[in-house]
Amino acid sequence: MSGPELWPWVGLALLGALHGLNPGMGWLFAAALGMQEGRSSAAWGALAPLALGHALAVGLVVLLVLGLGLAVPSRMLKFGIGAFLVGYGLVRLFRGGHPRWGGMRVGSRDLTIWSFLMASAHGAGLMVLPLFMAGASMGTAQGRPHSPHAHVAVASSVNTELMQAGMTVLIHTVSYMVVTGAIAVLVVHWLGLRLLRPLWIDLDRIWAVALILTGALTLFV
Amino acid sequence: MSPFRPDPTFYPSPRLAASAPRETLAYVALLNAANDGRPDALGVVDVDPGSDAYGTMVGRVEMPFPGDELHHFGWNACSSHLCPWAPHAHVERRYLILPGIHSSRIHVLDTRPDPRSPRLVKMIEPEELMERTGYSAPHSVHCGPDGVYLNGLGAPDGDGPGGIFVLDHETFEPRGAWELDRGPQFLSYDFAWHLGQDTVVTSEWGTPKMVRNGLDPELLLGGKYGNALHVWDLRRRRHVQTLELGAQYQMTLELRPARNPGKAYGFAGVVISLEDLSASVWLWYREGRNGRSRWAVRKVIEIPAEPADPGLLPPLLKGFGAVPPLITDLNLSLDDRTLYVSCWGTGELLRFDVSDPFHPKKTGSLRLGGIVRRTGHPNDESRELNGGPQMVEVSRDGQRVYVTNSLYSPWDAQFYPEGIRGWMALATNGTDGTFSLDQRFFLETETGIRPHQVRLQGGDASSDSFCFP
Repeated sequence: MSGPELWPWVGLALLGALHGLNPGMGWLFAAALGMQEGRSSAAWGALAPLALGHALAVGLVVLLVLGLGLAVPSRMLKFGIGAFLVGYGLVRLFRGGHPRWGGMRVGSRDLTIWSFLMASAHGAGLMVLPLFMAGASMGTAQGRPHSPHAHVAVASSVNTELMQAGMTVLIHTVSYMVVTGAIAVLVVHWLGLRLLRPLWIDLDRIWAVALILTGALTLFV
Repeated sequence: MSPFRPDPTFYPSPRLAASAPRETLAYVALLNAANDGRPDALGVVDVDPGSDAYGTMVGRVEMPFPGDELHHFGWNACSSHLCPWAPHAHVERRYLILPGIHSSRIHVLDTRPDPRSPRLVKMIEPEELMERTGYSAPHSVHCGPDGVYLNGLGAPDGDGPGGIFVLDHETFEPRGAWELDRGPQFLSYDFAWHLGQDTVVTSEWGTPKMVRNGLDPELLLGGKYGNALHVWDLRRRRHVQTLELGAQYQMTLELRPARNPGKAYGFAGVVISLEDLSASVWLWYREGRNGRSRWAVRKVIEIPAEPADPGLLPPLLKGFGAVPPLITDLNLSLDDRTLYVSCWGTGELLRFDVSDPFHPKKTGSLRLGGIVRRTGHPNDESRELNGGPQMVEVSRDGQRVYVTNSLYSPWDAQFYPEGIRGWMALATNGTDGTFSLDQRFFLETETGIRPHQVRLQGGDASSDSFCFP
């Protein structure tokens, strides 16, 4: 891989980092658990379940689109996804809100469910879609030579796309997890919560605008 | 449009709340007991010592209808909105929610743009409240991580059960009753939570029918008023344990949980003991280890009745020849170290060091009013006052303690039959450990108007709860 093919992956990693930065996506939860238990191992312990929940939310959306891609022509799919992103972004912009689920006495399963719900509600998976599709189209352009054996080509392209999907979720989630863990531990050990209020800008609304913009780009570019 | 930064009055931890700038305004519920057809009101008091208007009422909003019986009230949103599992950092602490116990009507007042003249922006009518929640006589208001929590003293017909319901923190639409399984719980008064333990504690007074015509001596002597605390699972909304105090301990009212979410204990006030008219403060606490823990309760403070000449006592108390202290409110400083206890009958405000919650140490006492003593305020000691320290609110920094003197109009009339003359006073903690009344701060309300709960601008010791230690 080189040059333009690398960009979607870099984008996915940056997006994962952006998700990790949002206090509503998990680092604040990990930090709170660390402070509650009075030991940073509680914050570390929260990372894997949070990441798993996030990965499930993103993976579900990506797989859904992969499945749709088998049944729906790609132009139509692109149009449908673009329209959905714009619509969902508008809903998030004017009617924020979260799933009401959770508490402070939580185990790994609870954290995974919470992270899945939060990432899903905030459209974390949706935001990944344009980059996934960009990556996938490059990947399939490469991996789909004009072959006389059409059925073999289809099978190999599905495999390639599954690989792409797996890589998408993995790169995004690893980046999310690194940022989430780094901030949580920084806060528990050194920073405390004094900076929370000045720095916690309303990322929900920025995300909503980002969803609308990526949707519009998908539609018109 | 809500702001991009979190509300500056959302504090992640009790310590950060205590170090924020001090309050300059106080809001106080004003009950109209004059029976003149005028409604109750919300008063705005200047509490900025640098202001010329210090200690005076600088604003006042009347409710639209008479007869609400305003009592407790609270903010739509507060520090619990920073809780990591329900991050709502960009909702504003802006609206005051004022329920009327007698009317079952809930008022929403906007404190912006001018915090000195809040505006009524929404009402929830009694029919709607009862239909949507199954409760009536709304009482306590606490801002929770994901909505405004209130409780109703009873069911629409005036009997029980009473319980908790939730309003959306932005639209103020009632979301319905909170409990999924209430177990044996029937009576309701206050509720409090330990956010770090996912635990709710509720207390017991009486149903609307048991309280709205005054204290019923038959019910009291029969031990029928509330005498237990209930422990609930906050996440699953289920009753988990009843903590019985004993039938002689009548009326478990105010609940003050430790503000540090890592601590699993709190204080509950009990108005009266049938054995000797004493009042008491109880500690609820969790004992045992995770997985095998249970909640327990024990008495940690007892205040005896004061013998008195029956000729000076109201009809209700003549036969006893003593004044019951009647602990009607408590408040705990944000550092969990100082507990204030109001004795509305004897006219005393007590201060305790509760650094060791199992062994409170009395560190101060102030006298004001009282059924028999009638102690005057230091700014004019010769003038007798009635009522007694009742609702107590502590500033976030723990330096100032605001008190008002009325309880509940049907009960006021039984203990102070001549009619309570309303006042609001301020007690301050000196750096040398003294506890005294601020001579510059003594606000008397006009005849028939009685002050009740106080809420401070930017939050106070009892309005906010925290998810971070």
